[in-house]
Formats: sequence, structure tokens, C-alpha cells
Amino acid sequence: MPSIIGGKRAILVFIGPALLIYTLIMLVPVLVSTGYTFFTGSIITGFTFSGFDNYIELANDSKVGDALLFTLKYAIVLTVGQVLVGYGLALIYVFWLRRASGLIRALVFFPIVLPTVAVSLMFQKLFEVAPQNGPVNELLNFFGAGSVDWFGSSGSAFFVIILMDIWRSMGFYAVLLYAGLLDIPEEVLESARLDGAGGWTLIRRIILPLSLPVLLSTIIFSINGTLKVFDSIVALTNGGPGYSTTPLTLQMFRTAFSYGDYGYGSTIALLLTAICLLVTVFIFRSSRRDLTKG
Amino acid sequence: MTTDLRPSTAATGSRRVARVVRRLPGTIVLTLLVAVTVLPLIWLALGSLKTQTEFIGNPTLALPENFLNFDNYARAWNEGHIGSFIANSALATFPSLALIIVFGVAAGFALEVLVWKGRGGVLLLFLAGIMVPGQMILLPLFSAYFTLGLTGTIWPLILTYTATGLPLTVFMMATYFRAIPKEVFEAAAIDGANIYRIFFSIAFPMVRNAVFTVALVQFFFIWNDLLISLTFTSSGQWQTIQVGLLAFTGQYGSVEFGPTFAAICINVVGILVLYIFLNQRVMKGLTAGSVKG
Repeated sequence: MPSIIGGKRAILVFIGPALLIYTLIMLVPVLVSTGYTFFTGSIITGFTFSGFDNYIELANDSKVGDALLFTLKYAIVLTVGQVLVGYGLALIYVFWLRRASGLIRALVFFPIVLPTVAVSLMFQKLFEVAPQNGPVNELLNFFGAGSVDWFGSSGSAFFVIILMDIWRSMGFYAVLLYAGLLDIPEEVLESARLDGAGGWTLIRRIILPLSLPVLLSTIIFSINGTLKVFDSIVALTNGGPGYSTTPLTLQMFRTAFSYGDYGYGSTIALLLTAICLLVTVFIFRSSRRDLTKG
Repeated sequence: MTTDLRPSTAATGSRRVARVVRRLPGTIVLTLLVAVTVLPLIWLALGSLKTQTEFIGNPTLALPENFLNFDNYARAWNEGHIGSFIANSALATFPSLALIIVFGVAAGFALEVLVWKGRGGVLLLFLAGIMVPGQMILLPLFSAYFTLGLTGTIWPLILTYTATGLPLTVFMMATYFRAIPKEVFEAAAIDGANIYRIFFSIAFPMVRNAVFTVALVQFFFIWNDLLISLTFTSSGQWQTIQVGLLAFTGQYGSVEFGPTFAAICINVVGILVLYIFLNQRVMKGLTAGSVKG
């Protein structure tokens, strides 16, 4: 019986191009970027060796500290928000709307495929205060409240960012979790109902424990994505007011391209990568745990 | 599914009322969901039809006075160069997509169907790429493209998109190939087909649907990207639609409201049309590719 081994040449033909591009444009740059952390300067000004200066600066840089805190705050709040709203929607889809939910699933899912820039600019207009009130302030005025300068303070700007990202992603997370809820055997739910469990009890005692694995992996995916946030914040607040909504990704971008310091920019990028790596290791561990559970 | 064959009498009438009341909470939730998703977009579309005087004189929630006022679109297209931004995006996106698909499917095939030493390691190597943030590769790439004289061309975009799209594509294609029984390929081999014939005549047709789904997912990632396009095109003539839109609203946004709304709308409508036809596939693909943040 001839096995599908293929000659060495065939293997090279199939894997070669992908591996070559991937190595040259991702793996090598990761290593070079790590190398940059020991230098200061840029491609235009030239690089000078600086030893561990960048790392020492990183440890004492309050702007990076703030950016790190903001990134973590954003990742945690948004993860909790989008998974919670997504889970609520998924429960509504499965147990309330049932078969009628197909169209609504597709509709609520839609914003995730929209360009983040377009969504951010739309939210800028929705929450606008000057030169003209946006619909949100208009509604506030209608109910007798004064207009709010949403992008004028860090707290309200953060609120709008989170609100926008939940609007964008809730349908996506709902579908992700919906698939997990559908895997719960109908007999289990039926027998629980026969035993008198209904509504809240059914959710807390049966559905929640049974959908815990998919819920857990969704949370970790969400953290992994939110740590890398860039587009939506750049387009919505550009890190402002001041630096108060600047995540690590944007701080790195500014350091490298506005201040022309590739070495220090790479050091911030390395910090971000290290955090993402920790989360990814966590993903693999938890998915392995799920596998052994069956 | 079930057809109601009962005669319409007073008794069923009251039952119908009861049914409506019972369904009321569901209807409210449904209406709320639709409203939250759709109303902002409708407001955006209406705004794109308003004149500057309407923006200043009328409340923001007022309807446009002339629903056929497409001046803003003409201005966004001509003065805002939205048309050429879209052309740039297409020029960066479709060649990248083609390369990602050709190389990614071949690599998935090599990693899952062919048997060789070290393929597990290579798959892991690709997997690692899914988690690397773009920031980690931008600066060396910027330096490299600069040194090679590629700055100011479309190549930095095509090359970078291709490389960043490969890990997820390879991973997803390997998963799809894993689902095909090995016997299919073995039978073809017994019949005398060589490995290239097996790939083009058997393997590729069998995963054609999956390839389309993966391409769709990558299309959204590339088309909507801001980080890479901002890095490599911010000052040049190759600005993509996302970079161009951001620059355009930064420049016009606080003065010319109508064209700004129209420019955002143009960006939304193209995606909407695509989504109307392919929503089931998009949903399947994006949730399958959710490992990428």
C-alpha cells in the first residue's frame, strides 16, 4: 500500500513558500525587534548600542505604566462586558427566540465585520457635543439633562470606548457562545425541567456549569484580542484626552513613529508580546484541561 | 412549520390575545436588539443625505429634507478621494488574499496529509504567529522595506498582509484537511495519481468551501486593518480606505459634516452588501477563526 508520503521535493513545494514568507516577514522581525531593544535610534537616524538602558527606562516610565494599566483595565472590563452581554444574548437565542433567532443572530452579528474606523467615527458623531450635539446628547437634553462632553474626560471617554466595542462585538460573542449552548443535550434540560427546575435555577444549576468550558475559552480569546486593541481607540479618541486612554499598542506606535525611537518602541512591543504570550500559554493549558474532561 | 387550520371563532380570538401577551417580553427584547443594532446605522445613512445648512439649522435627529440629495457622496468621492482609497485597498487586499490562499492551502495540505519528520513542530511554529501582536514586527519590517527601497510602493502592504494572514489560514486549513479520511488520498495514490495531481484534483476540490470561508475571514481582517496600513502608507499615495477615511474626517470632519457622513457610509455599505449575501458563511468563518484576537 503506497502511503501518502511524497518526495522531499513535493513537501518542499507545498510547505516552502508559506514557510519562507512567514519566516522572513514574521519570525525574523520578531527576533530583530528583540535585538532592537538593546539599541536606540531608528532606521533614518541610525542605531547606537545602549545596553539595558531601554529596560531601565521601561521600568521607570510613568507613561508606559499608565498605558499598561489602561490596557489591563480595558481588557478586563471589555472582556467581562462582551462575554456577559454575549452570553445573555446566546441564552435569549437558545431558550427564548429559538428557531426565530436565525435572522436576529445574523443582524446583531453584523457590526463586527464593519471597518473599525467607520464604527469609531460613527460613535464620535453619536456622542458629539461640539460644534453640534449628537443624538446621545440630544436625548439627554430631551430628558432634561445637560449635554456631556463625552470625549473631554477620561472616565466618559473610557465609557464610550467600552460601549462601542460591546456594540461591535456582542453579536459575535453571542454566536460563539450560542454554538456552545446548542451542545447541551436536550435530554438533560428536559429532565431538569421535569424535576421542577425552571428559569433562573435552570440557568444557574444546569446551563452555566455545562457551558463553562466554552465560556472559559471565550473569555481567554477575548482577553487575548482586547490586549491588542489599536484600531478602535486610535480612531475614536486617539488616546485622549491627554494620554488617559492610551493603550500599550498606541504608546509603542507613538514612541516609534512620532519620537523616532525604534529601540524603546521595540521594548514596549516586547512587553506587550510577553503579556500576550502569558495569556496564550493559559489558553493552551485550559483547552488541554477541557480535552481531558472529555 | 405548523399551519393553523382551526376556524377563527371568538374562543380562538381570545386565545390569540393570550398568545400575544405571552410573547410580549420576547417581542420587546427583539425590538430592542434590532433598534440598538440598526438605528445608529440608519442615523448615519440619513446624515449622509443632509446639506450643511440642515446640519447647522435642524436638530440632529431630524430627517433629511431631500432624500435624493447625493451631493455629499459626489464630494466625498471627488474631493475626498474615497474612490482612489478604495482602489488602493483593493490593490493591497486581493493580491494578498490570493497569496495567502495559495500558500496557506498548500501548507495545510503538507502539514496534515503528507507525512514527514518535524511537521508537528512547523505547525506549532505557525500557531505561535497567531498570538504575536503586529507591533512586534512593524519596526524591523519598516527598516527592511526602507533599505530595499520598497517604501512608497504597495509591496510593503501586500507582503505584510500575506505573512500575517498565513498563521491563521494554515491552522484552519490543517483543521479542514484533518477531517478528510486519509483513505481518500490513499485510493488516489493507488490509482497512480502523483502528489500534485492528488492536491489539485482531489484535495483542493474537497476543501473548496472551506477555502472560500477562510478567504472571507482574511478579507475582513485585511480590508479593515488600520495598524499595518497606517505604518506603511500614512504619508504616501497608497493610503487604504481606513487610513484615508481617518485622514479625511480629521481634515474635514469638524467643518464639512455631510461629506464625512457620506465617506463613512461608503465604507459601511460595501461591507453590508457583502454581508447580506454571505452572512451565514461569514458567521461560521469568523467564529471558527476566533483564536485570533
